[in-house]
Amino acid sequence: MCLSIPGKLIEKSEADGILLGKVQFGGIVKGVCMDLLPEANVGEYVLVHVGYAITQIDAAEARQNYEYMEMAGMLEGELAGFPDDARPTKIDAEKIPHSGEAMPRDGESS
Amino acid sequence: MKYLDEYRDERLFRTQLARLQQIAKHPWVLMEVCGGQTHTLVRYGIDELLPAGMEMVHGPGCPVCVTPVEIIDKAIALAERPETILVSYGDMMRVPGSKTDLLHVKALGGDVRMVYSPMDSIKIARENPTREVVFFGVGFETTAPANAMVAWQAKRLGLKNLSLLSSHVLVPPAVEMLLSSPSNRVQGLIAPGHVCAIMGTSEYEYLVNKYKVPIVIGGFEPVDLMEAIVMLAAQLEEGRAELENQYSRSVREDGNKKAQELIAEVFEVCDRKWRGLGEAPKSGMRLSEAYREFDAEIRFNLTDIKVDEPKECISALILQGLAKPKQCSAFGTRCTPESPLGAPMVSNEGACAAYYLYRRHSGEADEEAVSSGGGA
Repeated sequence: MCLSIPGKLIEKSEADGILLGKVQFGGIVKGVCMDLLPEANVGEYVLVHVGYAITQIDAAEARQNYEYMEMAGMLEGELAGFPDDARPTKIDAEKIPHSGEAMPRDGESS
Repeated sequence: MKYLDEYRDERLFRTQLARLQQIAKHPWVLMEVCGGQTHTLVRYGIDELLPAGMEMVHGPGCPVCVTPVEIIDKAIALAERPETILVSYGDMMRVPGSKTDLLHVKALGGDVRMVYSPMDSIKIARENPTREVVFFGVGFETTAPANAMVAWQAKRLGLKNLSLLSSHVLVPPAVEMLLSSPSNRVQGLIAPGHVCAIMGTSEYEYLVNKYKVPIVIGGFEPVDLMEAIVMLAAQLEEGRAELENQYSRSVREDGNKKAQELIAEVFEVCDRKWRGLGEAPKSGMRLSEAYREFDAEIRFNLTDIKVDEPKECISALILQGLAKPKQCSAFGTRCTPESPLGAPMVSNEGACAAYYLYRRHSGEADEEAVSSGGGA
């Protein structure tokens, strides 16, 4: 139920006293309500839940966290001699959705 | 970055898993609270990749699953009235009430409409001024502001034919109920990232301090969850109990103030019955005094409907992390997504449906069967 999808805010408008926006999710653009997040700017990424933008995605924080994870992995791999036997056996590339693939839970309300 | 593909990256996932295997030395029992997180864990088989002895138990964070049968029956009673249009999320359509579900009512001619957003109910109410439109909204704190917006807009626009049947629940009281239970096994928690995106982090700080249990606010993609598990394992191995935020790209300490203000205006905290778990004090929300005129239960005089829950379903044990779906004697046979006995088999985020969908019903009876007799 709490599924929220990240997308790029590409347009803002107002109609009938309601703040609206257009958000691009991959190749799809959907109309959303921006009333809960009026401070979001066009060009920023937002999380959308049941048609409402609920929070901005902090690009700097995301990049820092991502780089930290990559670095931690590299460091530990070097220190421990990155173990082949530590590799998972049950996850495989096919299970990981590829870039551009339709979001697996898209369309559910949850 | 697109903030989605990066967190489904197999290589990054593997480096996190390797870290976990180096860090975790003990058989820790962790719980992911949110049903969306359960879905990802089971879909990608993450819970089966953990070091020997470590276990993920699945929490009560699926709002569809914990919505009491009597609320479903009230929605069904409304949908059967000829003057009513019942509007709700797709997830609610097949949740079994005591006798039927909304999809069957629709098949028999009831005007039941599935929508993606609560906003759609405002449009439907304006287009049908002679009909009563009821939005049936359930959810945790993530969904509460969007549902609150229905009543707020109805009041602002003077829509007299729109009302709200709501069953809102709150995460922290449910977590507290679990942690304070004598049968609690959970040693570390992944808190629900999107709930915290709305409410902020302070309620979880309180739980960490009171119960000395590490909590990591986690995201929903495979890399997010593996990183959250690594962070919990590190805390547990080092003897720490702190609140940490893995999902910092989306969760700020203060949450979304505007959403919190809307919730505070439209709703008030109340005691709430949870399907499978029973009534918990101050664990839900109802429309506040100023918005009571939009409460469908009052408008249509539904407050007297009381229903007992079906006996065979062991959802109470599953929602507390005390049993796994495969331990239910009805799992995959008398209870399937096509013909569910209980709500965890209905919603995609219910643990039973996730186990069923991702091939964990194939057979081997490796866990002792559990009956509903023990209850919560």
